[in-house]
Amino acid sequence: MTVILNQSLTGISIGAVLLLIALGLTLTFGQMGVINMAHGEFIMAGAYTTYVLQKSISSAGVSLLVALPIAFLAAGAMGALLEWLLIRRLYTRPLDTLLVTWGVSLMLQQLARDIFGAPNVQTTAPDALTGNISLGGGITFADNRLFILGLALLSVLALTLILRLTPLGRRIRAVVQNRDLAEVSGIATGRVDRITFFIGSGLAGVAGVALTLVGPIGPTMGTNYIVDAFLVVVVGGIGQLKGSVITAFALGILQAVLEYSTTVSVAKVIVLVAIVAFLQWRPQGLYTLRTRSLA
Amino acid sequence: MSGEGLTVRDLRVTFDGFTAVDGVDLDIHPGDLRFLIGPNGAGKTTLVDAVTGLVKATGSVRFGDQDLLGRPVHRIARMGIGRTFQTATVFEELTVLQNLDIAAGAGRGPWTMLRRRRTVPEPVARALETTGLTSLRDRPAGVLAHGQKQWLEIGMLLVQDVRLLLLDEPVAGMSHDEREATGALLQRISADRTVVVIEHDMDFMRSFARSVSVLHAGKVLSEGTVAEVQADAKVQEVYLGRTAEPEPAPATAVAVAEEA
Amino acid sequence: MTTTTSSPAVVAPTSRSLPERLRVPAGFALGAVLLLGAAPALLSDFRLNLLAKYLCYAIVAVGVSLAWGRGGLMVLGQGVFFGLGGYAMAMHLKLTDAAATGETLPDFMQLYGTGDTLPWWWKPFADPAFALAMTVLLPMTVAALLGFLVFRRRVKGAYFAILSQALAAALSIWLIGQQATTGGTNGLTDIQGFFGYSLDDPVNQRMVYFIIAAVLLLLMAGVRQLFVSRFGELLVATRDSEERVRFLGYDPANVKLVAYVLAAGAAGLAGALFVPAVGIISPALIGIVPSIGFVIGAAVGGRASLVGAVLGAIAVAWAQSTLSDALPAAWTYVQGLLFVVAVGFLPGGLASLGAVLRRRRTAAPTTAPTPATAPAPTTGETA
Repeated sequence: MTVILNQSLTGISIGAVLLLIALGLTLTFGQMGVINMAHGEFIMAGAYTTYVLQKSISSAGVSLLVALPIAFLAAGAMGALLEWLLIRRLYTRPLDTLLVTWGVSLMLQQLARDIFGAPNVQTTAPDALTGNISLGGGITFADNRLFILGLALLSVLALTLILRLTPLGRRIRAVVQNRDLAEVSGIATGRVDRITFFIGSGLAGVAGVALTLVGPIGPTMGTNYIVDAFLVVVVGGIGQLKGSVITAFALGILQAVLEYSTTVSVAKVIVLVAIVAFLQWRPQGLYTLRTRSLA
Repeated sequence: MSGEGLTVRDLRVTFDGFTAVDGVDLDIHPGDLRFLIGPNGAGKTTLVDAVTGLVKATGSVRFGDQDLLGRPVHRIARMGIGRTFQTATVFEELTVLQNLDIAAGAGRGPWTMLRRRRTVPEPVARALETTGLTSLRDRPAGVLAHGQKQWLEIGMLLVQDVRLLLLDEPVAGMSHDEREATGALLQRISADRTVVVIEHDMDFMRSFARSVSVLHAGKVLSEGTVAEVQADAKVQEVYLGRTAEPEPAPATAVAVAEEA
Repeated sequence: MTTTTSSPAVVAPTSRSLPERLRVPAGFALGAVLLLGAAPALLSDFRLNLLAKYLCYAIVAVGVSLAWGRGGLMVLGQGVFFGLGGYAMAMHLKLTDAAATGETLPDFMQLYGTGDTLPWWWKPFADPAFALAMTVLLPMTVAALLGFLVFRRRVKGAYFAILSQALAAALSIWLIGQQATTGGTNGLTDIQGFFGYSLDDPVNQRMVYFIIAAVLLLLMAGVRQLFVSRFGELLVATRDSEERVRFLGYDPANVKLVAYVLAAGAAGLAGALFVPAVGIISPALIGIVPSIGFVIGAAVGGRASLVGAVLGAIAVAWAQSTLSDALPAAWTYVQGLLFVVAVGFLPGGLASLGAVLRRRRTAAPTTAPTPATAPAPTTGETA
């Protein structure tokens, strides 16, 4: 019993990481139909930001907190630039964005290799996040995992509030639901796209900061997460925050429990089979908007 | 003329709590040229979507003695029911001939499919003739004029030998001459098939409809000949009396959004 | 072949002049002379062996051109099928290698293995006919299963692309995890013989080259026939408007499934031929990165053009091995740029370059005597 609970907690922390990454994708892929493979490299950018800051600010705790907004801005700026340079030319060919951004992702990885070197680097975790909290009965939860969980939930909350309550959020949702109508209603869709991309990519930067607490920083760190994060959006449903939240935790727990009962590699295969099976039941994902549109 | 008509009973379609079609009954007899009219949001296109299997619906839809509801789209198409869309969808990169040939071929065996087409099949030649596209047959469909694309779409239904044609605003965006030609084409076709037309253009309806159903808020408001419907007070109130009568429909995407 | 078409459009077979009629057989003959005559005569053993490897990538590209170029299916998991074909072949060759030295187990199993018996799923691969059949049937079966489940439920194209990648990731991770029975990260290496012929002998290496070149040419002839067949027209129609095809009474799922399964078969065949040519198959050739790499050649050359895709695959593979040895960092930038430029700005690939330039020069109006009430130009999509 303790084992299952502990595995579930591991699953929740895997889910929190997935969720942080998938949140940005929910915006850019889910809401805009753009498959941005360079999202993984925005994570990397966030992680390296943390690394650089820690070198200049000696306190691990302070540098982590400073890194959060700076990584958000840095990754967000990279995303907005990518949108402006390439992606806005490709909105009519959403599938092709996948390959174009993959090319960008290859170049960014090489850039990181050229700047920081090919070997992985590490940051030191702040002392406050190196312990465990005990939940009683032999069940523990690592502080750094708890921090990531909190960060993920906070990001969900912030994003929900932005989408629900602000004029910007209303514009984003309007463009998502009907681009042409939004345009003729006087919304500058190009600007909204760029801001959406900024926020989505910025969230990847925040995810990158979080990942420095649980693993090494390297040029290919994004590639390891990107496909899993996309699967979260696929299963959660296009453009639905709640779908991504539920799916991220469900996949995380499934993965953790399976890893315990089989092996990591078999668990991967079973999770994929489960996803294909799930899509038989809900081909559009967990949550969808039923509309009359043709495609 | 086979005695197959379209019978719709208590048809309902709901999108996330919004009822787009709300208990529609329709009887369209063989050989009819029926116009479905009604203001935006009346549920006309959704009705056609339900008949052709594109959206889920409750109630009953029968064509002849066969039930349509719940069947997959391509099965319904193979039963002899064809439709067009508000925006003409032809295969732009294929030629007129290739478009029609594909439409004619749903029953082809694998061996035929794997070979090249050597001659123009007979039904294709006839459809080229009927729609007046013979001289354009080797042109890519993408370069056709708007009206010609609509005719090609109708031609594609003809080679499929459909017995029921459901046309969604076939004359939207057409010039006066193109409208007249389309109207004549529809009358020719409906001689031995059943044709249902969704239309906003009142002049076009007056000139060519054999019978009319008026939809309003998901329900059938009135039904009959053009004269009967025009005389109906309810219709005058909700529809014909409205100020902006002949509705120009340039931005289809927006129209879709409003109607959804 | 159809390389000179301006876009993914299909040439109407009617009213072709005689020289045009001869172009395809002439091009095919030229290709045969180059691959089967000139290359073996002019290239050193080493270079010919490299070319054999590139031609394997070209065989994958033939399938990519069919499924992606004509069918619009984002096939980003071709590494899976390449790997299944490769492992099927390599398992057989490892078993015959072991048998030749009197062993019952392949070398790596003696090293990492837990027992001294062959795993049950290795056993049938001792039979050459079974192993050969599996190089194609195994990938086609996996593709048929995934394709059936995905296309039948009308899962979005983007979802399909992501699922393909996830499959590639899952297979390579699984292979790495099963070191005792699959060789793990190393893969199946150090393959000595090919159906009784020693691969150390340059003469036999040339034979492998000839087999690969012949397979490529035959496959191109077959797929070219598919392109001009009614199926080819239907495939393009399905790519451009799936819903419309459905309303014509076809099931687009079946159309896509045929193209996808055939592409998987081609990739499997390529993987199987790769093994004797290069002597190795490993998870590094299967995962997400190589899987996406398989489409770049087709994208550069022209995804919808068969010859363009094949030449593109060969050219990219050549550039990679030439550049990546000398300047590995430079190659990664070049590869990234290729994706951005070829897919982003020249979606028809180099095969469409001539047509694009022509269009620029003549600047629109002369293209066709557009009928009265001219429609808005539709060039945006075809460019």
